[in-house]
Amino acid sequence: MTRIALRMLFNDRAKFFGILMGVMLASLVITQQGSIFVGIMWRGCAVIHEMPQVDIWVMDPNVRYIEDVKPLQVTQLPAVRGIEGIEWAMPLYKNNIRARLANGQTQNCNLLGIDDATLVGAPGEMVAGQVQDLFTSDGVLVDEVAASGLLAKPSLVPGQPATPLVVGDTLELNDHRALVVGICRITRSFQNLPTIYTTYSRAITFAPKERRTLSFVLVKAKPGVDLDELCDRIQRDTGLSARTASAFKWKTVDYFLKYTGIPINFGLSVTLGFLVGTVITGFMFYNFTLDNLRFFATFKAMGAPDGTLLWMIILQSLVVGVLGYGIGIGVTGLFGTLVTNAPIAFYLTWQLLTVAGCAIIAICMLSAILSCRKVIKLEPAVVFKG
Amino acid sequence: MSTASLESIAPTPAPGGRPIAVHCDAVTKSYGSGQSIVRALRGIDLDVYQNELMMLVGPSGCGKTTLISIIAGVLDRDGGDCSVFGEDFSALSSGQRVRFRGRTIGFVFQSFNLIPTLTIAENIAVPLLLQGVKRREAMDRAREVLGKVGLAERWRESSSKLSGGQQQRVAICRAIVHGPRLIVCDEPTSALDHATGEKVMNLMREAAVGNGKSLIVVTHDSRIYSYADRIAMMDDGQVIKLVNDPRSL
Repeated sequence: MTRIALRMLFNDRAKFFGILMGVMLASLVITQQGSIFVGIMWRGCAVIHEMPQVDIWVMDPNVRYIEDVKPLQVTQLPAVRGIEGIEWAMPLYKNNIRARLANGQTQNCNLLGIDDATLVGAPGEMVAGQVQDLFTSDGVLVDEVAASGLLAKPSLVPGQPATPLVVGDTLELNDHRALVVGICRITRSFQNLPTIYTTYSRAITFAPKERRTLSFVLVKAKPGVDLDELCDRIQRDTGLSARTASAFKWKTVDYFLKYTGIPINFGLSVTLGFLVGTVITGFMFYNFTLDNLRFFATFKAMGAPDGTLLWMIILQSLVVGVLGYGIGIGVTGLFGTLVTNAPIAFYLTWQLLTVAGCAIIAICMLSAILSCRKVIKLEPAVVFKG
Repeated sequence: MSTASLESIAPTPAPGGRPIAVHCDAVTKSYGSGQSIVRALRGIDLDVYQNELMMLVGPSGCGKTTLISIIAGVLDRDGGDCSVFGEDFSALSSGQRVRFRGRTIGFVFQSFNLIPTLTIAENIAVPLLLQGVKRREAMDRAREVLGKVGLAERWRESSSKLSGGQQQRVAICRAIVHGPRLIVCDEPTSALDHATGEKVMNLMREAAVGNGKSLIVVTHDSRIYSYADRIAMMDDGQVIKLVNDPRSL
């Protein structure tokens, strides 16, 4: 009867595509909106992702997320370095800085100052130039998107496209000359601001004068050292806050979840997708079952046990669910491919696919339950009613 | 009780020696309750013999459909006794009842109830598939039966493409494909013209009567009375007359 159930489903094309659209819509909205949400969260932690060699981030205890920089005294760097179990500890400067463009306009940028000697924290993928070129006087690395976008050189001819920054171009950062020595490929930042890498000492000369200049201490643990224990030791010995990279990411995400409207906005979209999908699918599927009710009654009269009829309905529901889910995530994947280089944040994870899959199963089961109830209660005697 | 034991039950012989297929004794059935109660059957006594075509005739609302629903085991009676080949549906569990019905009874409906999204052969194969017959075997048997009604070449087509008479022939194939011992038909010719109705009745008589099989036909159509072996005339929930020689009507 499995094949019969599938043929009943597929051959009623109008209803089949209606139900499929409902499931697909739900799948699409849940995964697409969810991916944008995860993408935004991912970008919020971009700086942490871009420094995968760092095990522990040390910061002021009042820091709430990665952008919430509360500078430390530089003397705290050697204090951290002195703690047992640390392979190395490097400074990181992080601040916003204003870049002046050739046409006189200014653009806020993220400035990251990494250790002068080791260049720990430098971007992993270079499009042009090399990380070591940062040893060049006034050298900076600019992210690829900014180089061809917000920091691109405006055309002298009005209406003509701007020219992307290339190695050898100069920038004016807070009245200081900066020489572009490399173009790097990194995750875009949460605010979509250009990211500029330079050495720590050069960064503090570019930036406005501040009494404290050390934003974070980047720590690599010795092999075999328990990271949580090391964090505890750093906190105990220095009075600073130390978090594993993973914990710092989650703290950043947690901040966005608690203190911004982002999760509410996306949560509403996802919920709406789920509800609309449920209503459309449920209604269409129930209607499909009602249309076939006399046939189910005929099957019952002919000796079909309730279990067989329930299997037919659940199978129909699951098949349409799997197809709708597949098409939905396919469209989401296509969307993700199309926006790869666009400013839209997008990150489709397996967890999101799992959540969407569970939501679709829930939608299908809710739809099937309504139909199953109707069929179970169906008196086979209705077959004799014209 | 297993299906095998159900099938092995010997038919109850009638006092005169003819084996009985269906035995109804003081069967009652009501719908609704209180002031709005409708007494559909008021004590039906009726025997249908094996190898017999019994017609139930009477005005609308006289209880014909209710009676075949009870005989076919798709509706519970309120009182009295009713057995089919010696088996009382009310004594069976839900599962036993479904299995017994599936193996013993075939159905032909007024509106055919063929599934338009299935092919003709698939429609016919449904009773076999419900009994666990492999799809290929079920389809082969469906096509074989279809050949008997002259529609073998059209087995792949959708049933919705057939005329009313052809659909009823397919419905008859579906009712007989699994070899049931009793077939119940509800107004099988009401949607057909006279000539087609006669063909359908000839076909049903040929396919469903004999070898211990019986056929019960509910009808308003007086043109087909002559096909019956006996006719039970019903009115107001009772059998008011049993006609042993329908050709005399």
